[in-house]
Amino acid sequence: MATKKKSPASARANDDLGEETRIALFRSQTEIRQVEQKAYDLFLQNLIKGTSHLALGHEAVAAGFGVAMRPDDYSFCTYRGHHHTLARGASMTGVLGELMGRDCGLLRGKGGSMHLTSAEHGVMGSYAIIGAHLPIAAGAAWSAQYRGTEQVAVCFFGDGTTNIGAFHEALNMAAVWKLPVIFVCENNLYMEYTPIKDVTAVENPAGDRAASYGLEKIVIDGNDADEVYRTAQAALARARAGDGPSLIECLTYRHSGHSRADPGAYRPEGELEEWLKRDPVPTYRARLIEFGIAEDALAGIEAEVKDAVEAAVKTAVASPPPGDDLLAADVWADGGAAWRN
Amino acid sequence: MAELTYREAVAAGIAQEMRRDDRVVFLGEDVAAAGGVFKATVGLLDEFGPVRVRDTPISEQAILGAAMGAAMTGLRPIAEIMFSDFLAVCWDLVANEIAKSRYMTNGQLECPLVIRTANGGGSRFGAQHSQSVENWAMAVPGIKVVAPSNAADVKGLLAAAVRDPDPVLFFEHKSLYATKGEVPDDDHVDALGTAKVLRQGDDVTIVALAAMVPRAVAAAEILAAEHGISATVVDVRSLVPLDTQTILSEVVRTGRLVTVEENPRLCGWGAEIASIVADECFYDLDGPLIRITTPHIPLPSADHLEDLAMPSVTRIVETIRTRID
Repeated sequence: MATKKKSPASARANDDLGEETRIALFRSQTEIRQVEQKAYDLFLQNLIKGTSHLALGHEAVAAGFGVAMRPDDYSFCTYRGHHHTLARGASMTGVLGELMGRDCGLLRGKGGSMHLTSAEHGVMGSYAIIGAHLPIAAGAAWSAQYRGTEQVAVCFFGDGTTNIGAFHEALNMAAVWKLPVIFVCENNLYMEYTPIKDVTAVENPAGDRAASYGLEKIVIDGNDADEVYRTAQAALARARAGDGPSLIECLTYRHSGHSRADPGAYRPEGELEEWLKRDPVPTYRARLIEFGIAEDALAGIEAEVKDAVEAAVKTAVASPPPGDDLLAADVWADGGAAWRN
Repeated sequence: MAELTYREAVAAGIAQEMRRDDRVVFLGEDVAAAGGVFKATVGLLDEFGPVRVRDTPISEQAILGAAMGAAMTGLRPIAEIMFSDFLAVCWDLVANEIAKSRYMTNGQLECPLVIRTANGGGSRFGAQHSQSVENWAMAVPGIKVVAPSNAADVKGLLAAAVRDPDPVLFFEHKSLYATKGEVPDDDHVDALGTAKVLRQGDDVTIVALAAMVPRAVAAAEILAAEHGISATVVDVRSLVPLDTQTILSEVVRTGRLVTVEENPRLCGWGAEIASIVADECFYDLDGPLIRITTPHIPLPSADHLEDLAMPSVTRIVETIRTRID
């Protein structure tokens, strides 16, 4: 357990979350950061094939929501979804194994990096077609509303998604039906390789669209896990109370390119360096120390996470490829793929 | 038994399932207060209320997305896409999401839902409201494809589709909505993946779907009465799963296959059946495999041209008479 030093006055004024929550936010961000860094290394070793979209720099959004959500709430993620999946408690072995195409993967290698799913943790899929999952999240929220469970669906997506039709269809229907769904836009300034501002009619791609659906404009610092957590808490409470959806734009930045193939050469010189000064993980660490949490307690968490990542890699590397029997399994509910008698 | 129209059988099938299972919900454009643009869902709002029977905005992606999200979290939604042509604006949900979610997630997610849609030509609506798109659906692994030809099958197959744990695309034929037939009153559930032999003959097996079924039957009667040709007619009913056993056994018995397809020529469902027949009973055949289809064109609007395009009773009779004599 972390030991407390005396908090400075400036920190105490901001200390509404409590140590347990802050440690949880720190641990979650640390896990995501280390798994994503490891995923990058495994790429270079050619142990991860295909493509992958790393969330380095986006950790605070996933952690803030992951810690705020109820275990039975639903998450809907995109192809950049490792962080959201981990933040709900899915195992590192399952995530890294899936990226490596191993039998121990969350989907036993049938989905890959872009489709991470862990239904037991409420992660109801990662969707690789831009915009598709916003209506699906609305549907899960509709189901929760119908069943009266007070569950909330949280749907994560990027800034580029705000320019596709499904975004607008889902927002409108969710608002009209007052669905318990939270749409979370991670605005990292780029839709793939193109600056979002060059292709969008408004400054805040999500926030400035909120009024179209009768929703409040909410634009927050997506690199501040505390701010994300507080915003998430408010939106979750609103949804559970039957007051309908929220649209939250989180300003953040991805430290790597769009995908494995992209070195991010289109970014102006110095931009990455400026954002690295606001890197959510070390920034949060410094804040916790300012709050009086012992440095060695944080270092202990980092060491635990490092060990867990190494163990996960070891397990995944040792895991066999998926069996041939999986090729034609689970097309249908009967477990098979037969389309004729 | 009661005599119902094809459109009344739609509402009867949905109502039967909604009474049985409160997880069944129904959504679509103009389906609730208006009872559907084809009046196929009249009365459902009154009986089941606005929580279970919901009008939606004109947002096909939102309709199918909502159905999918609800299906994977415990409901049994029925979604209506008003015209099957509109599936093109939400095909991502059908082909990329609904059909693939179970496989991609290694069975973690399931998608027990039904997409009902009005398919086919003959209503003089032009090329964007008349297509037969069952072959689009058939090409995507992971979605079942059903197309009934009569009122009893509408009710029974719709009930089977709602109870099926897999997603089903249910093609109602808009030119059949006014047709009447005897429909069982009680809990009526048919079986997906089963074809029906409607008529047995010795010379040729005609395989047809949806609105082409009554035309094939009428053609078979003329062939028998006027040309001495005795034809079997098989109603395919379900393209996925496909009842190849029924089709193959009839083709082996008669030695000839003719498919009657409303879809445009290329990659129509009959091509798949012809391929299976050629592969598996080639040496039982007495002649070439014959496909009667709409030409590979968008459907025109004018009644004269539309009738010229779609396989007619006369074209079926003439094709079979001249090619198998």
